Amino acid sequence: MLKNRIIPCLDVKNGRVVKGINFVDLKDAGDPVEQAKIYSNGGADEICFLDITASNENRDTIYGVVDQTSKNCFVPLTVGGGVRSVEDINKLLNCGADKVSINTAAVQNSKVVEDSSRKFGSQCIVVAIDAKRNDGGWEIFTHGGRNPTGINALEFASKMEKCGAGELLVTSMDKDGTQSGYDTELMQKISSSVNIPVIASGGVGTLDHLVDGIKSGASAVLAASIFHYGTYSVNQAKQYLASKDIPVRI
Amino acid sequence: MNVTIVDYNSGNISSVINSFKEVAKKKVNIEVTSDLKKIKFSDKIVLPGQGSFKSCVNALNEISGLVDTLNEFALTNKKPLLGICVGLQMFADIGYEEEETKGLGWIAGKVSKINNQNGKFKLPHIGWNQLNIIKDSKIFKDIEDKSHMYFVHSYEFLPEDKNVISSTTDYSSNIVCSIEKENIFGTQFHPEKSDTTGLKIINNFINL
Repeated sequence: MLKNRIIPCLDVKNGRVVKGINFVDLKDAGDPVEQAKIYSNGGADEICFLDITASNENRDTIYGVVDQTSKNCFVPLTVGGGVRSVEDINKLLNCGADKVSINTAAVQNSKVVEDSSRKFGSQCIVVAIDAKRNDGGWEIFTHGGRNPTGINALEFASKMEKCGAGELLVTSMDKDGTQSGYDTELMQKISSSVNIPVIASGGVGTLDHLVDGIKSGASAVLAASIFHYGTYSVNQAKQYLASKDIPVRI
Repeated sequence: MNVTIVDYNSGNISSVINSFKEVAKKKVNIEVTSDLKKIKFSDKIVLPGQGSFKSCVNALNEISGLVDTLNEFALTNKKPLLGICVGLQMFADIGYEEEETKGLGWIAGKVSKINNQNGKFKLPHIGWNQLNIIKDSKIFKDIEDKSHMYFVHSYEFLPEDKNVISSTTDYSSNIVCSIEKENIFGTQFHPEKSDTTGLKIINNFINL
């Protein structure tokens, strides 16, 4: 049967991992390639890079990182952050990314999702949705969560599915960084309203949160801090999920 | 030995190239090309494929003489060929993604959308699923039954002759995940993204 995926995410800025910690045997904690290798050797089902490089002149650093990672890690690699156009997607795929996640551009111009999924296939197009609770439900935000859009998250999710997205990476802005668990209601609502897989993101602090994420209907759970700061290894997370009867690849 | 990855604009093949180069090291020459002569004189061919059945078949046909060269390689000269994902699906007579499209017709059968049982199963089928090996296949040498492989697809190959199926995987129904017919091999999963097990399968193919 299909296994639930655990996806560690690394924030990359100017080609370096942000706040990398010193794992044992790690020569350079800031090197995304080495960090990705540790994760993949530890059983990560996929690796995710979020490029948070702010300045335009350093934007190209991510291409080298992706190129080196794909030559060293043989599990799927998703890259997001600052992806604006079909050409950006093309460049990342050519460097060795397997999937590209699109956030702001998907909201501003859904044609980017339509065109890129037609050109490269839905399998490599992930739409990242940053959602925050409001009175009636959830509103999506763009530009790394800075700009409100007035768009309802559930409606947007369905629209992205129709546009050809292969997966949705759903981040709760209320929960992100709190380590208090996913917004499971949000995950449940979105994953039951679309027929494509949902990756839950934002808020993981314990292994039970990963269990809750899967139980809410997500096909995969993404986490940064708990793996990044060495609180848990990917393998520990998988063993724990397995002990809770959640199918994982071990 | 020369192993050629056919570059016919079938989408993203960098991961396929990287994995074959990783396995081949310096012992085997990995060529990435659409040059018909080079393809013809290779020892083995890899036919990748991403995107839709229709877009991949169209891309093959865009390159004048490529289909004839592949036919000669696989059917007349019977040299080893490995199709990956849509590369495997194109072995069929016909595919129904986007619109009805003729395939290479090497293995009788069709490619249809996976039955998601009214939304019970999400599509694409993305992630790690287990191989049920049902027939000895040369590319599964030293691969354990129930090994996990990485899948990402919404369509499945339904061959008429079930004897070509070497493994299946459980998702909605028993999905064909690899085939072997004489010199023709194919995997629905992505060995290039299936960690060390996937690299072992690539190694088995290179060492055929």
